[in-house]
Amino acid sequence: MAAPVVFFAVFFAYPVAAIVARGLKTDGAWHFGRIGEVLAQSDVRHVLWFTTWQALVSTALTLLVALPGAYVFARFDFPGKQVLRAVVTVPFVLPTVVVGTAFLAMVGRGGLLDELWGVRLDTTVWAILLAHVFFNYAVVVRTVGGLWAQLDPRQEEAARMLGASQLKAWRQVTLPALGPAVAAAALMVFLFTFTSFGVVQILGGPTFSTLEVEIYRQTSEIFDLSTAAVLTLIQFAAVGAILAVHAWTVRRRETALRLVDASVTARRPRGAGQWTLLGGVLLTIAVLLVLPLAVLVQRSLDAPGLGYYRALTSEDGGVFLVPPIEAIGNSLSYAVAATLIAVLIGGLAAVALTRRDAGRLVRGFDALLMLPLGVSAVTVGFGFLISLDEPPLDLRSSWILVPLAQALVGVPFVVRTMLPVLRAVDVRLREAASVLGASPWRVWREVDLPMVRRALLIAAGFAFAVSLGEFGATVFIARPDRPTLPVAVARLLGRPGDLNYGQAMALSTILMVVCAVALLVLERLRTDRTGEF
Amino acid sequence: MSTTKKRLTAVVVGLGMAGTLAACGSSDGGQGSGDSKTVTLVSHDSWAVSKDVIAAFEKQSGYKVDVLKDGDAGQAVNKAILTKDNPQGDVFFGVDNTLLSRALDNGLFQPYEPKGSDTIKAEYRVDGDRHRVTPIDTGDICVNYDKKYFADRDLEPPKSFDDLVKPQYKNLLVTENASASSPGLGFLLGTAAEYGDNGWEGYWKKLKANGVKVVDGWEQAYNEEFSGSSSGKKAKGDRPLVVSYASSPPAEVLYTKPKPTTAPTGVAEGTCFRQVEYAGLLGNARNSKGGKALLDFLIGKRFQEDMPLNMFVYPVTEGAQVPPDFVKYGPQVKDPETMDPAKIADHRDQWVKSWTSLVLK
Repeated sequence: MAAPVVFFAVFFAYPVAAIVARGLKTDGAWHFGRIGEVLAQSDVRHVLWFTTWQALVSTALTLLVALPGAYVFARFDFPGKQVLRAVVTVPFVLPTVVVGTAFLAMVGRGGLLDELWGVRLDTTVWAILLAHVFFNYAVVVRTVGGLWAQLDPRQEEAARMLGASQLKAWRQVTLPALGPAVAAAALMVFLFTFTSFGVVQILGGPTFSTLEVEIYRQTSEIFDLSTAAVLTLIQFAAVGAILAVHAWTVRRRETALRLVDASVTARRPRGAGQWTLLGGVLLTIAVLLVLPLAVLVQRSLDAPGLGYYRALTSEDGGVFLVPPIEAIGNSLSYAVAATLIAVLIGGLAAVALTRRDAGRLVRGFDALLMLPLGVSAVTVGFGFLISLDEPPLDLRSSWILVPLAQALVGVPFVVRTMLPVLRAVDVRLREAASVLGASPWRVWREVDLPMVRRALLIAAGFAFAVSLGEFGATVFIARPDRPTLPVAVARLLGRPGDLNYGQAMALSTILMVVCAVALLVLERLRTDRTGEF
Repeated sequence: MSTTKKRLTAVVVGLGMAGTLAACGSSDGGQGSGDSKTVTLVSHDSWAVSKDVIAAFEKQSGYKVDVLKDGDAGQAVNKAILTKDNPQGDVFFGVDNTLLSRALDNGLFQPYEPKGSDTIKAEYRVDGDRHRVTPIDTGDICVNYDKKYFADRDLEPPKSFDDLVKPQYKNLLVTENASASSPGLGFLLGTAAEYGDNGWEGYWKKLKANGVKVVDGWEQAYNEEFSGSSSGKKAKGDRPLVVSYASSPPAEVLYTKPKPTTAPTGVAEGTCFRQVEYAGLLGNARNSKGGKALLDFLIGKRFQEDMPLNMFVYPVTEGAQVPPDFVKYGPQVKDPETMDPAKIADHRDQWVKSWTSLVLK
């Protein structure tokens, strides 16, 4: 318990507090009056309103589109299912700079919708909402689908046998069991869309702004740190509330349900209705998720003889001090380090949280661990800059800063994956082993480890993929001679010329493939009960 | 207890190994804290220099140069201000005339007049005798046009700000959000310089009525909306006019293989606003001697002549040659709009605010 607490205190709470204090404290006195002043501005209230309603609509839309997908993935068996499940997860771990560009090409001018029906959605709120569905589809499929696959279908069948209609059986048997998972997924999607940054910046144009975008503007462009600090606090409060509700639904979900092995519940679709459903879901995935990714690939290949890929190995452009291809190695090694940190910290936290004597305080920590997902990267980045600058914590120019920042977003995934599995380990097994004379270390090795090994690997894999795609914090601290893939892509996009743009697309494609491979490996490791992600 | 410890040790050793793995190949330390043999340059993402040029400086001065690219131009300045008590380096390069006052008012720099600063063209010098900053390069923010679009329609491309509000150019221009993007801000300042404090709002009303499109950043405007850039063509951009740089046409040529004989885009020379970028010695620089040597080098001929093809900017010193490719494919803008940094400082925020409510709402 101590390690995760210290980790979060030093690398999250302290930097964030430092930057907020910089904004709200002058000459040693706090100016909390600023909060009222900022809230009184109509611009700020407008931002708050937009942030909230677009998140609500995005969440509803995501559920609407993704719940059939969750059902199909849970209940049907079809060739390529594992690959497809990895593919739909790719958007979730890809940096928005990359996909925003491709998404724009789809719903913007000359995009598919434009060519078919002359519909263009760029700089409308629809582009934002669709992109949110694109990014969060996997959250619903994995969270809800994961549980759905383990619900015993015989319960519903029994209800029907007793005379309930199909709808009634579903409403009274399946829905209540799924409810908490749907709520948890909805809250996660709400959290991600409430704090949406890249999507809104790229697709919304200058007219739409979320709280997160506004914090970025105030910090990075206007340099009004006190307004930024107030906005950060507002976002903090909102995210805290979302997480508290989330923690509550999660606990409710971990109540006993009769779960069965996922592999026995899925079967080939039967009848026209089921085939239509499957077809519809596959079509949705193809249009909404695969197409934007395909646009990236197509653009990366748009030079004779893989020209853009070959250009990655030379350093002519001077955008970097090294050939862009080296970004792959950088990304991988950072991600490995970040994964190790995330698994260590997240694993220890999960173990502490499962202890039976864990009180309310510890369980509150559960929600706190999720906070980094909802706090703006620019706040954390600026916080790092002013707080980690003196020995013994002079880390500003150290390579470890990047994996540390990436681990902050990886830890919540590790915790969420490990917790349910650890909680499922019967304590009596541990007690029995202890009684028979096993040391605590041996108990862990012989009892816990075999049961959590796969979950641990999955957690590591997810942390790895998330680290690979992390952009917001990395771009703040990555050293120029060691850019990561997302950082390299963003820099290449920032320069004119065919070759730079092409290289950006090629690097994006590589990033996408690496993420997809990592996720595909995860699919092979899936266990019958693997938590939320 | 001891077992837990053992476990922790094993993990920590594992972490350490991963660390070595991740760090392999990178020069550690950076920052040059107390190390007088290293001089650290803090800059923005666009910083670039030829390897042999920086190697020549290292050889001649005996200092190793460490570069820290710290985000886009505005971000880099803000970060430098935030960390000024304990700076990340010795020299900061890349504060431009639109943000200069923010840096100076916050006391970011200490005075130093580099050797050879008499070669800097007079029009770029600021800050009188205090010498807190040294001009290093200039660039022009101008409307670029898609040559093919106008040739196909037998239409003259626009030449001036006045042209942009004419009916034949309706719905053709895309620009950037002045509150979020430096070319966007530069274009706004250009119109303010042209039409004056009282006239620019009227001009923008006309521009809005003439269908100007505003997007958030240069990347979207240039790579997605503009029909003349190679990336914009791929994205099926449909706006033949974009606010970009006078150096974008040569960049289009140099970053296309095989190199075309002429640039696919041109520059409307009557729409340009001149940006000047400055460098200075950071207030609490640890290696101020090295920093001074670096500043001398930045206005030296070798570096000045190396800049254009790396950062797509123009030298500020007399006698520095601009590479032939640059002259061939891009214009040397004769009469750009300019504005005193002090005036920009006084009006920037108010103008951006008025612009936002005028154009975006």
